[in-house]
Amino acid sequence: MTVILDGKCPSGPLAQKWDKHRQDMKLVNPANKRKYRIIVVGTGLAGASAAATLGELGYNVDAFCYQDSARRAHSIAAQGGINAAKNYPNDGDSIFRLFYDTVKGGDFRAREANVYRLAQVSNNIIDQCVAQGVPFARDYAGYLDNRSFGGAQVSRTFYARGQTGQQLLLGAYSALSRQVKAGTVNVHTRTEMLDLVVVDGEAKGITVRDMVTGQISSYAADAVCLCTGGYVNVYYLSTNAQGCNVTANYRAFKKGAFFANPCYTQIHPTCIPVSGEHQSKLTLMSESLRNDGRVWVPLKKGDKRPPHEIPENERDYYLERKYPSFGNLAPRDISSRAAKEACDDGRGVGPGGFGVYLDFADAIKRLGEDTIRERYGNLFEMYERITDENAYKQPMRIYPALHYAMGGLWVDYNLESNLKGLFVLGEANFSDHGANRLGASALMQGLADGYFVIPYTIANYLAQTKPGKVTIDHPEFVKSRQEIVDLTKRLLAINGKRTAKEFHRELGKVMWEHVGMARTEQSLKKALELIPAIREEFWQNVKVPGSGADLNQELERAGRIADFLEFGELLARDALHRNESCGGHFRVEYQMPDGEAKRDDENYCYVAAWAFRGLDKEPELHKEPLAFENVHLGIRSYK
Amino acid sequence: MNLNLYVWRQKGPNAPGKLEQLQAKNISPDMSFLEMLDEVNEELVREGKEPIAFDHDCREGICGTCSQVINGVPHGPQERTTVCQLHMRKFKDGDSIYIEPWRAKAFPLIKDLIVDRSALDRIIQAGGYTSCHTGGVPDANAILIPKPDADVAMDAAECIGCGACVAACPNGSAMLFTSAKVMQLASLPQGRAEAAKRVCLMTETMLKEGFGNCSNHYECQAACPKGIKVSFIAKLNREFIKAQAS
Repeated sequence: MTVILDGKCPSGPLAQKWDKHRQDMKLVNPANKRKYRIIVVGTGLAGASAAATLGELGYNVDAFCYQDSARRAHSIAAQGGINAAKNYPNDGDSIFRLFYDTVKGGDFRAREANVYRLAQVSNNIIDQCVAQGVPFARDYAGYLDNRSFGGAQVSRTFYARGQTGQQLLLGAYSALSRQVKAGTVNVHTRTEMLDLVVVDGEAKGITVRDMVTGQISSYAADAVCLCTGGYVNVYYLSTNAQGCNVTANYRAFKKGAFFANPCYTQIHPTCIPVSGEHQSKLTLMSESLRNDGRVWVPLKKGDKRPPHEIPENERDYYLERKYPSFGNLAPRDISSRAAKEACDDGRGVGPGGFGVYLDFADAIKRLGEDTIRERYGNLFEMYERITDENAYKQPMRIYPALHYAMGGLWVDYNLESNLKGLFVLGEANFSDHGANRLGASALMQGLADGYFVIPYTIANYLAQTKPGKVTIDHPEFVKSRQEIVDLTKRLLAINGKRTAKEFHRELGKVMWEHVGMARTEQSLKKALELIPAIREEFWQNVKVPGSGADLNQELERAGRIADFLEFGELLARDALHRNESCGGHFRVEYQMPDGEAKRDDENYCYVAAWAFRGLDKEPELHKEPLAFENVHLGIRSYK
Repeated sequence: MNLNLYVWRQKGPNAPGKLEQLQAKNISPDMSFLEMLDEVNEELVREGKEPIAFDHDCREGICGTCSQVINGVPHGPQERTTVCQLHMRKFKDGDSIYIEPWRAKAFPLIKDLIVDRSALDRIIQAGGYTSCHTGGVPDANAILIPKPDADVAMDAAECIGCGACVAACPNGSAMLFTSAKVMQLASLPQGRAEAAKRVCLMTETMLKEGFGNCSNHYECQAACPKGIKVSFIAKLNREFIKAQAS
C-alpha cells in the first residue's frame, strides 16, 4: 500500500523555517553528549565535516572509510567550485536567487524548504573553509574571487584552482584530524560497511569488514550517519572513483530504509571520450571550462576534416544557437542531451563519432594563453596526459559521462530516513538537487549537511533516546554478522569462470544503452529483463579467488557488484514508473516539440520512495508530494 | 604491444616477498598503467590465481591512493604524473617493467604493492590544521590575503599525500609532505596563530613515526606528482628555528 510520506518541513514563511526549527528542536546538554556514540560512514565532504563537527561538540564518533586514509574520499576529485550566495561581486545574487536557481536547475523536483536552508548556510560554509585555511582564489586586492557556473547568471562560485573539492576535503579532513587528536573521533580506515543493524525499527549500528585482516565485526551506536556518496558506478564507466559503490546504501535499503528517486542520475557534459574496451573510468573536465570554451560540432554530417580546417561558417555552436541567454553555460542535463543529439545526428567528432569540440581558440585570442593557463592549466595538462593532445593548439574532445546521483536514501527535513536514528548526508541522500544538480552545488550540499545541519537535527533525535541502549551482543547484531560471514563464503565458493569485472562491464552496458541519457518504456522493460539474467549468471559463474581472511580486492569488488546487480533493477524500475521527463531523467516519449524535457506536474510532482520487499517481489512505491509555495512551477527555460 | 613485467609479490608483512615475472599481452598505448595491470589481473583471476594487490581509487591523479615504484622511480617515468595518469604510450613494445611498492621504514607493507601510509595521517593529526570551531568564524572577506600569499599557500596545498616523496628519499624522510602542510598554513594569516606550535609538533611526530630527516637530495621534488618544491622544506626549517628561538 502506498504511504504518503511526510518530509517534516517546518511551517511558516520559507525564510524563517530553519530558524524556527532550530528553536523548536531539543538539545543535548554538554555533559550528556559524551554518553552518546555516533557512527559516521564515509569521510568525504559530508562524512568528514559531520564527524569533525559532532566530535567537536563532544559526542563519541566512530568514522569509517574504505580508503587507506580519510583524505582520499572521492569528494577530492571535484574540480570547479562551490556555490554561495555571498553576492561579493554585487551582481544581483541573494539567498533567494541561489535557492531559486537550485530549485529550477533541479527541474522542480526538490523540496523547497531543504533547498532554501542550503542556500542560507552556503555563506557560513565559505567563512568556515577560509578559517580552516582553504586557499581559495583571490584577486590582487586580497579579496575572494568568483567565477560563474552552469545554470546561473551570477558569479557565485568560489574556487581553488581546478582542485576545489580537494581543498575543501582537506579542510574537513584537517578538522577531523584535530578531533582524532582530541580523542573524540576514532577513524577506521580500510573498513567497509556491509550491513546496517536495525533494532526495533531504529538504526543502532553497522557490520563491517576489515579489508586488511578480513575480520567481520560490528559497531553499536545511538545513531548512524551514512555519508557514503553516489551510485553511478552502476553504469560501470563513470567519473566516480573505482571504489565508489552503492553497498552501504543498498544494504540499508534492504534493512528497511526507503530509496528515493534512483532514476535521477546526472550525466556530465564535459568528460574525455571513451578510447577503448579497456577503459576503467571516465575523466571529467570541469564545467568551469565552459566559461571560456565554446562547444561545437561540424555543421555537415560525417565531416572528417581536422577542426582547424573547418571554417567558422561550417561549424555549429549548438549551445549558443539553442540557448542564447545561457549559451555554453546551459545546465548539465541540457548540455549533455544536446551533445548526444549532435552525435546521434552523425555530426560527432573523434574516434567512433562520440565526441564534440570544446574550443578555447577564441578565449586564447582574447585573453592570451597565459590567462587560460592560469585558470585551467591543470585541466589542460590532465587532458594531454590522457589523450596526448594539446588543447591550447586544438580543441578538446568531450562527451557526456555518468557523474552524480541526485537520487539516494529518502530523508526528511532533519536528514533522517524513515528508519529512526539513520541519518543520510551528502550525495547519499536525495533531498536537495531534485532531478538535476547544478555545478558547484554538490560541495555546498555535502558541507552544509555535515557542518551546519546534522549537529542540530541529530541532537533532536538523541535527546529523545537513551544512550547505549543496545550492544553488539544483541541478537540482531549476531544475526547481521552471521549473514555477512555467509555472504562472503558464498561468493568465494562459486568458483565460476567469469571475473566480477566482466559482470560489471556487462551490467554497465545494459544500463548505458537502456537506462542512459534517453530512456523509453521499451528500453527500460528490456533492461528489467536483462539485469536479472546477468545477476543469475553472476551467482553461478563468478570467480573470486583467494580467501576471506586477508586483503582480497576481488572479494571486495564482487560484493559491490552483487549489490549493483540488484540496484540497477531498482533504478530502471523507478525510471519506468516515472512517465515524464525531468532533469537527468529523460523519457523519449515525453518531450516538447523542440526536444526539451516535458514534465508532468499533475501526476509526478512527488518524490518516489521505494521500499524493499524481497528480491522476488517488486519494491513498494511510497510518495512524498512536493508542494511549491514560493516558486512558480514553470517550464524550465534557458533560452 | 607486449610487455615483460617483474612485479613485487608478498602475501603479508611477515611473509617473504619476491619479484614475479608476468606477461602483459596486447596492451594498447591508450591504456593507463593501471588499466594495463587490470588486464594482467583479469587474466590471473581467470586462471584461478590471486591478482596483484595494488592501491588505486580516483584514477584521475588527485586522491593520492596509487603508489608504485616503476623501474625504480616512484610513480614512474613521466614527470608530475601519478601512476594512474601514466599511459602506456610512454613504453615500447617488448619493454621490461619493474613494479615495486613504496619502500620506507615508516610504511610497513600490507600485501604485494600495498603499504600502510597511516603515519602520514598521524603527522597531520599532530597539528596540520587551524583550531577553529565550526561556526563562529569571521566573514570570509574579513581577512584579506594578498594574492601572492594565497598562491604560495595553494602551491603547498596541492600535495595529495601519496607518499612518493618518502619512497624517493634515501632517508625515507617525509619532510616534503610535512613542509607542504606547515607552509600552506604558515603562509596564511589564519594559520599564523599556531604556526610555532604546529611546526614543532608535526616534525616531532614525523621523526617519531620512523621517517628520516632531510639531507638535501631533492629526490622528493623530482618524484612529486604535484610539483611541490623543496623550497618549502627550507621554509619549514626557518619556521622551526623561529619556533625554537621563541
